[in-house]
Amino acid sequence: MKPDTTSGNRGLDLEEPLLFELSRPGRTGVDLPEAAKVASHLGGLDREGSIGLAGVSEPEVIRHFVRISRNNYSIDANLYPLGSCTMKHNPRLNEKMARLPGFGDVHPLQPESTVQGALELIHTLGHWLKTLTGMPAVAMPPAAGAHGELCGMMAIRAAHEAKGDTKRTRVLIPESAHGTNPATAAQCGFTVDPIPGNDRGRVDLAAVRAKLGPDVAGIMLTNPNTLGLFENDVIQVAEAIHSVGGYFYADGANFNAIVGKARPGDMGVDAIHINLHKTFSTPHGGGGPGSGPVAFSKALAPYAPLPMILEDGGRFHLIEHRGDKGEPGEKSFGRMRTYNGQMGMFVRALSYMMSHGSDGLRQVAEDAVLSANYIMASCKDDLTSPYPGPCMHEALFDDRFLEGTGVTTLDFAKAMIDEGYHPMTVYFPLVVHGAMLTEPTETESKESVDRFIHVLRTLARRAKSGDAQFFKNAPRYSPRRRVDETAAARNPILRWTPPAPKAQAAE
Amino acid sequence: MADRRYTKDHEWIEINGAVGTVGITNYAQEQLGDVVFVELPPAGKKLTKGGEAAVVESVKAASEVYSPVSGEVVESNAELAKNPAMVNTAAETTGWFVKVKVADAKEVSGLMDAAAYKKFVDGLH
Amino acid sequence: MRYLPLGPDDRAQMLGVVGAKSVDELFKDIPEKARIKGLLDLPPHQGELQVERALSAMAAKNRAAGAGPSFLGAGSYRHHIPSAVDHLIQRSEFLTSYTPYQPEVAQGTLQFLFEFQTQVAMLSGMEVANASMYEGGSSCAEAVLMAGRLTNRPRAILSGALHPHYRDTVRTFTQFSPIKPESGEPVIDGKEDLAAKLGPDVACVVVQTPDFFGNLHDYTQLGAACRAAGALLIVVVTEVVSLGALKSPGQMGADIFAGEGQSLGVGLNFGGPYVGLFATKKQYLRQMPGRLCGETTDADGRRAYVLTLSTREQHIRREKATSNICTNSGLCALAFGIHVSLLGEEGIRRLAKLNHAAAVQLADALAGLKGVKVRNKTFFNEFTVELPRSATEVVEKMVGQGVLAGVPVQRLYRDRPDLANLLLVAASETNTDADRAAFVAGLKKVLA
Repeated sequence: MKPDTTSGNRGLDLEEPLLFELSRPGRTGVDLPEAAKVASHLGGLDREGSIGLAGVSEPEVIRHFVRISRNNYSIDANLYPLGSCTMKHNPRLNEKMARLPGFGDVHPLQPESTVQGALELIHTLGHWLKTLTGMPAVAMPPAAGAHGELCGMMAIRAAHEAKGDTKRTRVLIPESAHGTNPATAAQCGFTVDPIPGNDRGRVDLAAVRAKLGPDVAGIMLTNPNTLGLFENDVIQVAEAIHSVGGYFYADGANFNAIVGKARPGDMGVDAIHINLHKTFSTPHGGGGPGSGPVAFSKALAPYAPLPMILEDGGRFHLIEHRGDKGEPGEKSFGRMRTYNGQMGMFVRALSYMMSHGSDGLRQVAEDAVLSANYIMASCKDDLTSPYPGPCMHEALFDDRFLEGTGVTTLDFAKAMIDEGYHPMTVYFPLVVHGAMLTEPTETESKESVDRFIHVLRTLARRAKSGDAQFFKNAPRYSPRRRVDETAAARNPILRWTPPAPKAQAAE
Repeated sequence: MADRRYTKDHEWIEINGAVGTVGITNYAQEQLGDVVFVELPPAGKKLTKGGEAAVVESVKAASEVYSPVSGEVVESNAELAKNPAMVNTAAETTGWFVKVKVADAKEVSGLMDAAAYKKFVDGLH
Repeated sequence: MRYLPLGPDDRAQMLGVVGAKSVDELFKDIPEKARIKGLLDLPPHQGELQVERALSAMAAKNRAAGAGPSFLGAGSYRHHIPSAVDHLIQRSEFLTSYTPYQPEVAQGTLQFLFEFQTQVAMLSGMEVANASMYEGGSSCAEAVLMAGRLTNRPRAILSGALHPHYRDTVRTFTQFSPIKPESGEPVIDGKEDLAAKLGPDVACVVVQTPDFFGNLHDYTQLGAACRAAGALLIVVVTEVVSLGALKSPGQMGADIFAGEGQSLGVGLNFGGPYVGLFATKKQYLRQMPGRLCGETTDADGRRAYVLTLSTREQHIRREKATSNICTNSGLCALAFGIHVSLLGEEGIRRLAKLNHAAAVQLADALAGLKGVKVRNKTFFNEFTVELPRSATEVVEKMVGQGVLAGVPVQRLYRDRPDLANLLLVAASETNTDADRAAFVAGLKKVLA
């Protein structure tokens, strides 16, 4: 709640205006020398007028960003149970490694002879990804999961077209899928055919079979799925889709649950993106940058995007152009970004993998799955789950336990904020009413998970006790209370603009 | 009183001569929550019965508004485009979406009347 | 294992509560055939010291750009990043937070995104900017797709001086969509008549300034021609520091600005992660891809920020979304924003002047060498040099002189042997007089 102080501050919580409101003419946070006098080659295109940027000194900049940072929740501060996001600990060694000048200060177009270590790192990461997925090829360029989906689906379309098969327009996608799946399929020119789930929360195999036909390009299936369950018919789904000449795209968002325990390559998968920012701990940074390499089956490997790396007797080559017939990259569907890939994320991910090793990565999946099941089992008397366990690395609750209390999933989530927790993913997947998708990850101690469970159960009981107003008023202790999203959307203010000059007061 | 009919997708249409005024029902706006944006078709656009006529958006959802009849748009509600909140405050009056020149009057008589629509909505709970 | 807090006792207790005899019982839904027996053929876990040693050895095999004189550009530029930037972006609250879906506990991220949007809009001279894209090339591709949606027209005209990787990325992104890009010959001297290609089926014209070969353009007239023809003008900027010196896309009447923000706050990183910039006119807001942060108030009436207009995006609109993009380049956008904050109005203008001066000095010095010709009449901090022989060979030999001499044009135009002698050379405030002298002396030796 708004503190009763003169300053608007609350102890250590300091209010901070926008950067532009701190600006004073002539202030700057850098000392740059005077430029040498040269004859201008700008051709008279000099910028006229003020750009409008703020002038602020270095101490003010530091304070500004430190103060606003304190309004953020972070995994470094507490458990971050966002389902489908895998908010695990981000090791600092990874940060240190990514900043080595040999990785961080290398230009993407330096001569090949000067970047052998960079190419080796990408190649080595690719080897780990191929081994962990059990797939023969990997494409490193995608900048994020959705970019990876685009990569996989473009390869699928290119593979069909290479066979002269241009009639495949339909892609099967379960109703529980992430929104990126249908958006990606549409961006590749496919129509989306939704597949219903069954009463066990899995894709309905009979429905998949019923939808098969010669116009099916493929299926996009998340496994473990967005309900936190493993699609146990996955091999039959793969066989079904292959039987009509389609390809199997797997959304690897939930790979953390099976890393080191099972390989998508053994399930008939043709393409799968791996979110390095989820399973392999690269930091989420408030929404990016991500990284989404795609592992390919033998059938799709020739269509992988450019550039690609080839090893030849210990030397590494960057293939940047479509090759001629018989050369690498001949059938590539093309380039999907300016340069080579998210190098900064690659270094961090490999540092994470090497730290865990094959034994540690397997333990990651086991502990993540165990913790989620422990939460589900511990909450069973107070919260409701739409599907019985065991779950994979996410425990899914619905809002039946709130029925008749007047408290909604959103209210429950906001009350968690007052208890010091970021809410779980709410209202996703869309197919579960009032969904609360909870993912503790393997980097929480048992004591941490126990504290979280205690808060969930206590809040559930409080909701049932008839104290709806407590939830409606939440959050009260966060830097801001519930925000008016309707006003933001009806009248969008998307940038700061200087205030109108004050009118001269009449004398 | 002019004849007002309803669809299962919660649109209403009111016929005045050859022109039908189309909007969404109170029930529909309650389901949507605070409407923040409407996208309306330009005059002259041909609509088909059951086809997309407009889009209505709340903060967290976007829904299509389907045309109850086939016909040509003669006018869309400029006031509504400027002030989408009218969908919430006046869904069945000044918050109408489009006026359509009805191609086939028979399509109208096939729709639900007020009593049938009420029964339909009651059945949804 | 240092990142895994659970021990054997914890696991046993937790399994007891779950009611499972072993952890493998929890994996019973995975078909037997797909389960891994034992461990995969990968090395076992290692301590910090061992990992650091192995990765440092790999890093040491690379020539860091800053280890000596470096003059590479072609869309990725080496600038000095103030120390405060890297310190601030490593704060836990920025580094380890998620997308700001719960605005009450994400005002830090939301406020810097709002400030970033403002800075990008100001620099580009546009009305509204989004919260960033992956990087420049894909940002440009999204701009072309957006123009297709806005105009419902099938042709996109790409300038022959557009960065070839941007051109290729546009081709890839549009290959299965109704809009088709057309691009002509590489335009080395900056002269091409794009207005002549306009017609009733043209959705947009995509141009770049400074262009790939370094030439500068005023696209005001082209913008007017586009408007008259019902097409959109998309202006690409790959070196954002240039906006401190040059007429902005908005001042030229651009409909969409797509750019690369790496130059400010973000290192070279061998090509990624970078930060894609994207801005447009207010009237096109509803067709914009990517995240947008907006200002509003909270329940106590205090100013607050929130992600807004999300109905354009995939998590709500699914197959009807404006783009499938789900992330932005959050932390790189923060680095950009902090660098711009430190620079301010005066700083960015002076930085731009320093860059231009460095390039002019270098161009003058190189033009004095026998057989070397500077092809540009105008440039900002990068220009095209014609050498008496293959630029690829020269660049390789210059490595032996300790100098990263530039980007051979043919590296990006593989099928154009006629461009083999062209070298793109970029200079920045990081280059000293000694760097330039080393370049000139080295080149003299290599060409001798």
